[in-house]
Amino acid sequence: MEQELRDTCKRLLEEGAVDVIIGYGQSMPDGPVCPVFIKKAEDVGRLVWNRQCFGNLATYLTRKEIKALGKPAIVVKGCDERAVVVLEQESQIDRASVYVIGMACEGVGDPPASKCGYCDVHMPRFADAVIGEVANEPVSQDGRYAELDAFMKKTPEERFAYWTNELSRCVKCYACREVCPMCYCNRCIVDKNRPAVIDTSSTPMANFAWNMARAFHQAGRCVGCGECARVCPAGINLRLLNDSLAKAAEEGFGYRAGMDKDTPPVIGSYALQDEEEFIQ
Amino acid sequence: MSDTNPFEPKIVAYVCNWCTYLGADLAGTNRLEYPSNVRIIRLPCTGRIDFNLVIKAFEMGADAVLVSGCHPGDCHYTAGNYHARRRWMLARPLLETLGIDMRRIHFTWISAAEGRKFQETITEITDTTRALGPYEGYRKLAEASA
Repeated sequence: MEQELRDTCKRLLEEGAVDVIIGYGQSMPDGPVCPVFIKKAEDVGRLVWNRQCFGNLATYLTRKEIKALGKPAIVVKGCDERAVVVLEQESQIDRASVYVIGMACEGVGDPPASKCGYCDVHMPRFADAVIGEVANEPVSQDGRYAELDAFMKKTPEERFAYWTNELSRCVKCYACREVCPMCYCNRCIVDKNRPAVIDTSSTPMANFAWNMARAFHQAGRCVGCGECARVCPAGINLRLLNDSLAKAAEEGFGYRAGMDKDTPPVIGSYALQDEEEFIQ
Repeated sequence: MSDTNPFEPKIVAYVCNWCTYLGADLAGTNRLEYPSNVRIIRLPCTGRIDFNLVIKAFEMGADAVLVSGCHPGDCHYTAGNYHARRRWMLARPLLETLGIDMRRIHFTWISAAEGRKFQETITEITDTTRALGPYEGYRKLAEASA
């Protein structure tokens, strides 16, 4: 698969179909997998494909430094491709000017990452080129919210205490925001200081405010790639917050972000018959 | 205020300019008395009521928050309240996951003609919040952040 990927990218660059390949590489032999941006056909040997390709490269599609490199081809897994679909839905990319190379994926990480356990997009669905095949059939999706459901069995006081403790470790490095393909605002709400909506200091209360705002801004948009939790240096389980919103979108509206670009996004549209039992 | 229970709740009401604010106004002109525990904050529309504002109220010491606007179909901007409703449908599960006390967040539709409903709503929220006591969870968070 790795060779096929390199061959495809080499051909794309040689033909001039794209200007830059956004893919996975290694900065040194046996080093960690990192994003690479390849502009020359002779450099395609730097591309790798293995079980350490965690990153969601879709986040680079909206960066102005990367846009300046010209027309991109991007290497995506099935889960990352959902982010590309949302970016297209939200008019952040012109799908015709992005070449999507989809990798058949049987899960990343060793042992596999938890998100891979209930993945139902092993094969990319809208990619311009698909490389490889998966042997196993899509697995049961029952476990998608199992962790959240178990967490919700605690009392509200226990949950509040859990988050007070977890979020007290947040140092507001904003790595969760930087890595997120959906966080493409030119100016993040937390960087606005006139008026300052969210206190930028790293106090328990301000950490609550920031993490709530970050999660809520992903409502109905988060594709569940789990990168925010993976990059968090404090090891905060941010996916639990994202999952609560994803579950609400799925159960309330039958909506899953990035599954189909023609379904109206859950936030930004409305229905007259939306349930309102909580409103008196 | 009695000596045995000196706690008086602080309630922040985010209301829309066109319905609930006028409902509150009507309550006033009709001389309908409602508890002075409520601080009314007028915004253009429920669609404007940002999730962060509710959190901000708790940060600044509110014990309960009310979000109130026009009944469905009555929005001055046609659909602001529908957008708000959908947003809250997603925000509530997030707040529940975080363990925020949902008994302290209230939503109502109150029209410009419902002065009585405004009075009853505020009275009820004040009574229930008084029974709940101060929002210790957030107060502790605020103390730890001072």
